[in-house]
Amino acid sequence: MAFTNEQIERYSRHIILKEVGAKGQKKLLNAKVMIIGAGGLGAPVAMYLAAAGVGTIGIADADEVDLSNLQRQIIHQTKDVGIPKVESARETMEAMNPDVKVVTYHEFITSENILDIIKDYDFVIDATDNFPAKFLINDACVMAKKPFSHAGIIRFQGQLMTYVPGEGPCYRCVFKEPPPKDAVPTCKQAGVIGAMGGVIGSLQAMEAIKYILGVGDLLTGYLLTYDALKMQFRKVKLPSDTHSCAVCGDHPTITELIDYEQAECDGTGL
Amino acid sequence: MIITVAGVKKEVSDGLTVSQLIIDENVETPQYVTVTVNDDFVKSGQFEETVLKDGDSVEFLYFMGGGQ
Ligand SMILES: [Zn+2]
Repeated sequence: MAFTNEQIERYSRHIILKEVGAKGQKKLLNAKVMIIGAGGLGAPVAMYLAAAGVGTIGIADADEVDLSNLQRQIIHQTKDVGIPKVESARETMEAMNPDVKVVTYHEFITSENILDIIKDYDFVIDATDNFPAKFLINDACVMAKKPFSHAGIIRFQGQLMTYVPGEGPCYRCVFKEPPPKDAVPTCKQAGVIGAMGGVIGSLQAMEAIKYILGVGDLLTGYLLTYDALKMQFRKVKLPSDTHSCAVCGDHPTITELIDYEQAECDGTGL
Repeated sequence: MIITVAGVKKEVSDGLTVSQLIIDENVETPQYVTVTVNDDFVKSGQFEETVLKDGDSVEFLYFMGGGQ
């Protein structure tokens, strides 16, 4: 596949980087990334990956755009209120970059469909707002041996980690099971600064791009935390012992996917 | 003795347990926090009996569920 003149110009700031070059840009154009959630985190992830020329971007979300989403979900515009988020996200990505093929999944992610949805993708982004989905994505990615980026945001705080099979702990190594419904505040209950999705989502996009290019160090084995009020990032080392994990350990006790009870931000799903 | 809590060095009394540190640090939703000491997990049932030593490094890892 040769670049068109337009592509050479569009991706010139990538191609000039020694870590990318024409070869890396081709890797991006051939890559497939699945983003689960088209909200505060999913919006910047989708936009940066589309702009970067990631060739196939899957996006899953069962919701429609709501006026209260627009404070942070920058992929959607005021005119999009009421239409499915995945359609609004597709429009924005396609308008940004015609090189990108967008595949939409206007549905909830469940134990029934997740393995089928992620199977054709190289990297998965957890951009969901609720623990049942986060555990489901983790377990499915462990079982399907898919690398993924986990993230969460609330108030003035955010955090993320990257799972690559065999290269460090999974989300369940760190958090054994979802907290009971309403035991831990969600962003609907507690609020979140819109730019937090931009900070953390952009870092998730960066992890996906580094993974595709095969450059640098990923956040495997670390949890990166961000406190906006203190303006402090911390890269917290995670225990490397994954042997006893219920899903990625030596003797997994979780061998089938679990649909935990939903307790999400908007009360309507992902 | 001196321990490090979330990257910050602190003077604490000898014999401090993880469960007392959780109280002293006002850890939010303490029943759902994950604790590591020197990059090893402390099992959630063992906060009471885990006594910290001089030089230990403690991290609290929190559920963060937002994203939409
Ligand atoms: Zn694990």
